Amino acid sequence: MILLDRVTKTYGKVATSALDRISLHVEPKEFVIVVGQSGAGKTTLLRLLTREEKPTSGKIIVGGIDYDKLRERDIPLLRRKIGVVFQDFKLLPNRTVFENVAFALEIVGASSHEIKATVPKVLDIVNLRGKEKRLPQELSGGERQRVAIARAIVRQPKILIADEPTGNLDPKHAWDVIKVLEKINHYGTTVLLTTHNQEIVNKLKRRVITIEHGQVASDRDRAGYKV
Amino acid sequence: MSRKVITGTRVIRTGMVNFVRNTWLSIAAMAVMIITLTIVLFSIITNATFTNTVAQITNKIDVSVYLKDTTTEAQGSDLANKLRSLPNAKSVIYLSKDKALERYREQNQGNTALLAGLSATDNPIPATIQIKPRDLNKIQDLRDYLNTTVNRQLWDDVTYRDDRKAAIDKIAHATDLMRRAGVITVAVFAFISVLIIFNTIQMAIFNRRDEITIMRLLGASTWYIRGPFVVETIMYGIISALISVLLIHSLFVASNSALQASSLGLLDINYASRYFNSHLWQLLGMQLALGILIGAVSSYIATKRYLKFKSK
Repeated sequence: MILLDRVTKTYGKVATSALDRISLHVEPKEFVIVVGQSGAGKTTLLRLLTREEKPTSGKIIVGGIDYDKLRERDIPLLRRKIGVVFQDFKLLPNRTVFENVAFALEIVGASSHEIKATVPKVLDIVNLRGKEKRLPQELSGGERQRVAIARAIVRQPKILIADEPTGNLDPKHAWDVIKVLEKINHYGTTVLLTTHNQEIVNKLKRRVITIEHGQVASDRDRAGYKV
Repeated sequence: MSRKVITGTRVIRTGMVNFVRNTWLSIAAMAVMIITLTIVLFSIITNATFTNTVAQITNKIDVSVYLKDTTTEAQGSDLANKLRSLPNAKSVIYLSKDKALERYREQNQGNTALLAGLSATDNPIPATIQIKPRDLNKIQDLRDYLNTTVNRQLWDDVTYRDDRKAAIDKIAHATDLMRRAGVITVAVFAFISVLIIFNTIQMAIFNRRDEITIMRLLGASTWYIRGPFVVETIMYGIISALISVLLIHSLFVASNSALQASSLGLLDINYASRYFNSHLWQLLGMQLALGILIGAVSSYIATKRYLKFKSK
């Protein structure tokens, strides 16, 4: 589902490597946790996957799409196949929960009929039924993140990328979010989660990829993690 | 409904909503556009009016050839026919002595003292050929032809009523000047309005940067993001065009009714007003096209420039 082959990303003229010849392979329906300290290169990795940035060298293939052959104008089509959740939620503040989720469908030209039928189902999955008309500022952090997840999965992507989704949340709300991610993975979506929450990693017992200094330091199944 | 239609409708709706939300920014951008379009409209009408004035005056100018009494009627009409074949003769009228007298009487009706001295038996009025030239600047052709030795024997006197030529030259010169000044002014203002629209869009993009980032990350197509900005500026164009036509209309209404003026300097307001009314739809269509063009082109360039679509 996701394949990286000796991917390197350097910034600036000094050529400090954010990622240094990273290779990894993620199978369909896998739940993978990427851990590493701030600045280790986790976010760069995700930004390469969403094609916000191009690798300096190396090959990336996601869902059968070879990024080398991806034309600039086809990037939107790629992004429609990947759901992304951010640490800072990135919700539209002046739109309701329903409208925020509907937004992802609107931009791909879904009919209002489709939107009315799909959005409530997705809000059910993230346990936000009944809060459709709330604005983001009226919600707790955990609820906001679940709105963002709902928006990311409403188009039924094959891959869900979650960049520190629990970073701004207290433990209880963090668990609500993680449970939702597990549920989505259970339905068949590949999930790529970055975090540095040790407790979450240890409880989840999933594949853990550790990145240090832009390189894969370890890659273990059902692993734990120590800071 | 196909996805494209749905998306198109959403883009247009978003553009309209943004237009309403950015009222103050929109007004600033439209003000300059209105000035530009009003100048364009005014220049066009002025140009048409001056052209008309020149044509009217040209029409009044003629060359009268007063034939000698010794010239026979046959010779006179022969000369008239020859003149007709000249390229610069628009119309040639031959008046025999009798006809010329008749016309003289008509022209001087009421002047009994003058008419009393005239009688058909002792007709002092010469047979006359009246020529209307096509082009005033080529009147020399006619002169040359009349001065050929054969023709010179036939007439006494020729009057070139081209004293108005000076006036025509003046108007033609003014028209020319107006045209140039119009083109330059329009170009300058069009440039300014493009710059202001640029700035407006830059600010609008800045205000909506979070929304745009989210749209991009969610996979919105380039046109889904750009479209609303273009729609917004097309609306500037449409509204500015309507206002410019309305402004010119009220200018004519005001000068006709309130000032009761028939002309402003060299400008014949009555004709200008008539021209405006009879060409209203064409002018409105042209203004709309121009407004939409200015709006669409500047927002197309501005969004291309300020919305960076390329990934690093």
